[in-house]
Amino acid sequence: MGFVDSEVSGGTHADQDALSVKIVVAGGFGVGKTTFVGAVSEIEPLRTEALMTEASTSVDDLSMLPEKRTTTVAMDFGRITLADDLVLYLFGTPGQNRFWFMWDDITRGAIGAVVLVDTRRLADCFGAIDYVEQRGIPFLVALNAFDGVQEHDAEDVRDALQVGPEVPFVVTDARERESVKTVLVTLVEHAMSLIQQA
Amino acid sequence: MATPDGRRVRPYLATRGRTRPVQDIAIEALVSTTSTGRSAGADPEPERERILRLCHSPRSVAEVAAIVSMPLGVARVLVADLETEGLVRVADPHAAYAGSSEPARNLSVLERVRDGLRRL
Repeated sequence: MGFVDSEVSGGTHADQDALSVKIVVAGGFGVGKTTFVGAVSEIEPLRTEALMTEASTSVDDLSMLPEKRTTTVAMDFGRITLADDLVLYLFGTPGQNRFWFMWDDITRGAIGAVVLVDTRRLADCFGAIDYVEQRGIPFLVALNAFDGVQEHDAEDVRDALQVGPEVPFVVTDARERESVKTVLVTLVEHAMSLIQQA
Repeated sequence: MATPDGRRVRPYLATRGRTRPVQDIAIEALVSTTSTGRSAGADPEPERERILRLCHSPRSVAEVAAIVSMPLGVARVLVADLETEGLVRVADPHAAYAGSSEPARNLSVLERVRDGLRRL
């Protein structure tokens, strides 16, 4: 990529750095987030981990407290190079809702979020929807159709989730690249329309 | 350090001369080895050396953590140290747009993302 060598002696060229942006893929455990990411990622989805203390949230030095239990929070992500100077990352949220602290990192500065929903386990996405709604993060709801979900189910689900009419609802197959691409384009267009309305 | 709301915990100590909290480095910030970093000899610390070699082509902080197999918080600390020493550059999308609209709220950026996705 051309920007690799843009850093030369005699001045900074920050404007020549590639720009990285991200989209969040949220939803309950096992709903297909990593499958969704993997369908469009140019790399096998990678897993990154963060550590947190299980017992305490007010102490910042574990080395002084060797007995304190730590737990690992994992999130899977993928990368799409859209241009020489533009990279899109897709970050899956940790499946377990108790790891909200990771969501701040994942969502900060994101274009928006795809909330992936398994209609057999609707309640699993409540937390994700609450989170993105409260923070004003542009989002859409994508019903993962691997169980034969139909388009007409979307309005029933919208009612069940009590999400406003401005939020796009789409049916997707997280295994299908074209389907996932369409979802992502729909989300970006939704984010654009929110800016244009503002 | 715990953030003011006390929910986040960073179990690492080093803060050698850094000018910003490592938590401020976005997970998607791109890290690239500078010419100084390329011409420096092998770093005595294997993890630092791996980061310097890995980032000859730019990688996000999240990729660095995943590929070098270290927790995100550790990767942030090492990347921040390397940046302070001039061995890597960190293209933080939020920092780059500070004072103007951030890239995720910039229509021309979003248009490029949309068009790029359509072309895939």
